Amino acid sequence: MTSRREFMKEAATGALVLGTTKGFGVTHGVDSRKELKSSVVIARDPGLHGPDGKLDAARVSALLDRAISSYTGHHQPSDAWKRIVLDGGAKDKVIGLKTNGLGGKGISTHAVLVFAIAERLQQAGVKPGNILIWDRNARDLQACGLTINTDPKQIRCYGSDVAGFEDTVETWGSSRVRFSKILTRECAMVINVPILKDHSMSGVTFAMKNMYGVVERPQDLHGGGCNPGVADLNAFPVIRQKIRLTIGDAMTSVYDGGPGFRPEHLWQPNALIVGEDRVAIDQIAWGILDKKRTEVGLKTLESAGRPPLYIATAADSAHALGVNDPQRIKVIEV
Amino acid sequence: MKRLYLLFVVVLALAVVTGAVTGCKKKGTTPFPASAAVAGWEKSSETRTFEPKDLWQYIDGDSEQYIQAGVVSTSTSDYKYKGQLEAVVDVYTMSGPDGAQTILERGQTKDAKTIAVGDQGLQYAQSVTFRKGPHLVRIVAYQLNADTSQALVTLAHGVEGNL
Repeated sequence: MTSRREFMKEAATGALVLGTTKGFGVTHGVDSRKELKSSVVIARDPGLHGPDGKLDAARVSALLDRAISSYTGHHQPSDAWKRIVLDGGAKDKVIGLKTNGLGGKGISTHAVLVFAIAERLQQAGVKPGNILIWDRNARDLQACGLTINTDPKQIRCYGSDVAGFEDTVETWGSSRVRFSKILTRECAMVINVPILKDHSMSGVTFAMKNMYGVVERPQDLHGGGCNPGVADLNAFPVIRQKIRLTIGDAMTSVYDGGPGFRPEHLWQPNALIVGEDRVAIDQIAWGILDKKRTEVGLKTLESAGRPPLYIATAADSAHALGVNDPQRIKVIEV
Repeated sequence: MKRLYLLFVVVLALAVVTGAVTGCKKKGTTPFPASAAVAGWEKSSETRTFEPKDLWQYIDGDSEQYIQAGVVSTSTSDYKYKGQLEAVVDVYTMSGPDGAQTILERGQTKDAKTIAVGDQGLQYAQSVTFRKGPHLVRIVAYQLNADTSQALVTLAHGVEGNL
């Protein structure tokens, strides 16, 4: 693993920008000020939920295709996914899908989205046994509507409670963590599939906060509104390098009282948020949550005393995880 | 003879103390109604209990506000109503009534309807929250149908009766 000193040297020399020098998205590039601009795709479908309140699987797949095609510039989803797998260095290797089921049934990453991603990966030539859906434990996965499966010939699904954690304690800034062996040993690349939620401490939980589920004792990182805990954790090279793409589930969300299931604060943005720049994604997610909070008469997260300060920390020069300046984020709504 | 008398006194004292302690416990040791104890409701999972230091495993960062409010123990169990409506019951036992009140009021919104359960109860379309003494109880349904509201109140009364 790269040490913090080595990483800082690489970051300073420009070897690591936004986690990767070669992105999947076509719109990565320079803006008029010759500064790197990050792209975030927000794909929406107001008809995603049927009359019974359940997600329409076919529409979720179609929305995923639209999001990925827009992000990569490939009209054919299979071409887009082949590129993601190849550029992610994951050809014939294990690709992880990191879900979030901590909020319990009702506010966890939707299985229908996970299945849609797994299906597209297979159509791009990934063997079922090289797809591993994972989270902290069996309970979290089941909360998403997933079934535990350790058969190596099929799409696997299990938690760090099965795989275990590394013995070595890694340090980066304020973080002292032991990583899940699923991240360190099994996966060559991970697609982050978080769910958008309000969070009583960090303000927003989405792309970066979902990484709390890859370490053994995430509670140690909650101080100070999870700042700098979230930023420090995401700065570990193993996370920076392996978490290549975020496909954020904003089909259902909770705008207050999170991160648990609060049906009184549930809402359906009916969206997927896709990108590689985890900081930019969280910055956009913050705006979406605040907009909803304002609509229903709640204070913004900042006024409520819990702005997600970790986002700016993640963008600072010490972490260099991405951009939080809205002027440097290109939001593509499709 | 004197030894025998002393032994008798000790045994008698123990019996009195034990009786007094168990007598203080109301009805049972669990607040969670057994299956069919409340009409239509089945207890569908084992009860899980968390100490404050482990509460993060259940509710992540949300645990902090409960710890600050003095949570001593948290228990949770899943329920099903008529085999269809799914719900979860959380019982937070705080160090005193103030802690339970703090959490109850913190989560209150203008949509809340006051209901007569425990010392203070609030109802939303898919949830009921109430406090009784040092206990804070949250009952949340995962589906919303015509039965949800009344079924949750009925279950809340069942839990309240065990506290």
